[in-house]
Amino acid sequence: MPGPPPVVGEPNAVDLDLPAFVADLTASDLVGLYRDMVLVRRFDEEATSLQRQGELGLWASLRGQEAAQVGSGRALGAQDMAFPSYREHGVAWCRGVDPAAILAIFRGTSLGGWDPDEHGFALYSIVVGAQTLHAAGYAMGMARDHSEGAAIVYFGDGASSEGDVNEAFGWASVFGTPLVFFCQNNQWAISEPARRQSRTEIFHRATGFGFPSVRVDGNDVLACLAVTRWALATARAGRGPVLIEALTYRMGAHTTADDPSRYQTAEQLERWRQLDPLDRLRTHLRAAGHLDDHLERRLALESDTLAQDLRVRCQALPDPDPMVLFDHVQVTDNALVTAQRAAFIAARGDAPDDIDGLADDSTAGNGSTGGGSGSTGGSSTGADGRDVGDREGTVVAGEWHGSRAAW
Amino acid sequence: MVTGGVATGAAARGGVVTGQPAGSGEVHTGGRAATGASPASSGAVPGESGPPTPITLAKALNLGLHAAMAADPKVIVMGEDVGTLGGVFRVTDGLQREFGEARVIDTPLAESAIIGTAIGLAMRGYRPVCEIQFDGFVYPAFDQIVSQLAKLHYRSAGRIRLPVTIRIPFGGGIGAVEHHSESPEAYFCHTAGLKVVACSNPHDAHHMIQQAIHSDDPVIFLEPKRRYWEKAVVDQRPLADLASDTADTAGGADGLHRSVVVRAGSDATLVGYGPTVRTCLDAADVSATDDDRSLEVIDLRSLSPLDLGPVLDSVRRTGRLVVVHEAPSNVSVSAEVAARVTEEAFYSLEAPVLRVTGFDTPYPPARLEDHYLPDVDRILDAVDRSFAF
Repeated sequence: MPGPPPVVGEPNAVDLDLPAFVADLTASDLVGLYRDMVLVRRFDEEATSLQRQGELGLWASLRGQEAAQVGSGRALGAQDMAFPSYREHGVAWCRGVDPAAILAIFRGTSLGGWDPDEHGFALYSIVVGAQTLHAAGYAMGMARDHSEGAAIVYFGDGASSEGDVNEAFGWASVFGTPLVFFCQNNQWAISEPARRQSRTEIFHRATGFGFPSVRVDGNDVLACLAVTRWALATARAGRGPVLIEALTYRMGAHTTADDPSRYQTAEQLERWRQLDPLDRLRTHLRAAGHLDDHLERRLALESDTLAQDLRVRCQALPDPDPMVLFDHVQVTDNALVTAQRAAFIAARGDAPDDIDGLADDSTAGNGSTGGGSGSTGGSSTGADGRDVGDREGTVVAGEWHGSRAAW
Repeated sequence: MVTGGVATGAAARGGVVTGQPAGSGEVHTGGRAATGASPASSGAVPGESGPPTPITLAKALNLGLHAAMAADPKVIVMGEDVGTLGGVFRVTDGLQREFGEARVIDTPLAESAIIGTAIGLAMRGYRPVCEIQFDGFVYPAFDQIVSQLAKLHYRSAGRIRLPVTIRIPFGGGIGAVEHHSESPEAYFCHTAGLKVVACSNPHDAHHMIQQAIHSDDPVIFLEPKRRYWEKAVVDQRPLADLASDTADTAGGADGLHRSVVVRAGSDATLVGYGPTVRTCLDAADVSATDDDRSLEVIDLRSLSPLDLGPVLDSVRRTGRLVVVHEAPSNVSVSAEVAARVTEEAFYSLEAPVLRVTGFDTPYPPARLEDHYLPDVDRILDAVDRSFAF
């Protein structure tokens, strides 16, 4: 919140009463968190299969990081804004992003695919660490707008070495922005272990930048939920940024193009498998009597339905209309792109029906530079004045939302 | 079409009042920045009446920024030393006093963060105007500019608009140390999603900065730092009140992405932008006096997108074209102009398109920069070679 200069540099959160931050959770809430994790894992498994079967070009699996993502994602309110990296499928789920829109990115039919404002979830960011600065700026804007929300930005242990992340630490700190840095330390930056990124613990870095931090068991969904709730409350209260380091493990490969057997031992993987976040919550829920065979069967059925639905919708994702190539390069028209589009249309020789409304007034501006004909195409099918900017990408708008529906 | 009329174009844009004798070639302004002389410290202030007073290019920018901030509360100025100090060239002088620390932000020395956070602010509905202190300091922000700022509109299928203006004092000629004299425009012209413009005179500077800020696209706004001290009368009426002579501008001044003829001629065409427009005008003066040649001079103003209409019109009349910039030649703006003119006006050309540019070397020590920078002699030599074909 704006007002007096923010008091940053709160002592590290060693005395946090974390259980108080999740004391309100009912049995249904706990089961809901488990459901989230089960469904997200199933989504992830299905995506991996789709890649293996040639339906996706690539997939970055979140296996092992479900608790960190669902726990933190479920801490967010409607007024908050999340900035993901490219593995935050679980957070996307919590923000109601259609999983098929994520599949579209990895299938190669879209670069983005959802409305960041609608979901409070920015687009995936593939350049490692770049999104931390966007989040810092966005959070500055939230404070100026007297927003009651905060921003949260996701990044990994590898990203912690990037200049942008360190610039974001400094920036958020000196301006006291309402921003939660959520580092999922999954132990690996592709093949490089976390110790190659830093000789200190990552969460210790916040001290040098002058803001509080906490390390949390990233495979404990309740701990992640609690600590993120605390951090968001701190940020929303105008006390500046917080760094959370969620210690977790990337159970799968970096992406489907990776071979972890070249750098990861079986013993290491097995040790972390024993700490599987889904198993841990399941054990707790079974012991507490919140989860029985009947509920588990229903959940398995729901998972199967989700996977089947996503498979069908993924395979049905059409290749974009080639004309999309030229859309939204800039807000205002660019004569060069307009001319290239016109030449592209002319070179394809499509039937006018197919390109109706797409050719622009190619005689304006600087003429053709594409297509090799030296002509601007001569097509005038855009004479109906249709605004080509109205055509959006081809990501299907599905009905599936990662809501915490009661069942 | 020649915007603004050939005969009056230059005078109307105030591009001819410089205090420099015609044909004198380059005026070495080295040391002015170092001694703290403020190019923006003189000239008219908003609301002042009386006879028009010539103001410097830096002051014209300052007043343009002032006008943009007054017109839209979402406009934020951010950069290193832009607040209390008013910028190292004083282009933001007085803005923080007028609009407060919340809107004129002295940032950490982190160029990537300046652009990266501006992206976040723009996503939140703000209209940031970032200052990169010197051309050679823009590279730490390169990823944020070319991979994020330029591409997010496309990545989001048009959902995200990033009206971010990046002001960069560019070019040499002030006797500066390394990294303070470079011309990085080609990097940004090569990137889809960015618009790149360069002002060359006070009048354009005043209006183009407001148009850039008004643009819903990201704009790289290049300021010819060795021309900061040049003076001209600037029409400071609001953009909307100026008579429009082009169709595509929200205000009345020349459209942001229009090139203009700043000196009419009939024998050959000189094309420049930013600091070399003055050099081209000086060369045309000398050529008229010494060689009895009538050289037309065109200020590109917009480097991406290029507006080659006036250039093509001119070349179709003159048949000869020389393109001048300080940046190195290899894969440069002049290379693009040459290629496009050759494609579009091949049969009008009496000679190959020739170029006068900085050398394809790193920018040299300042004591050598007069050899590096295009000057009147090199331009006229190119004109001679064009006529020799």
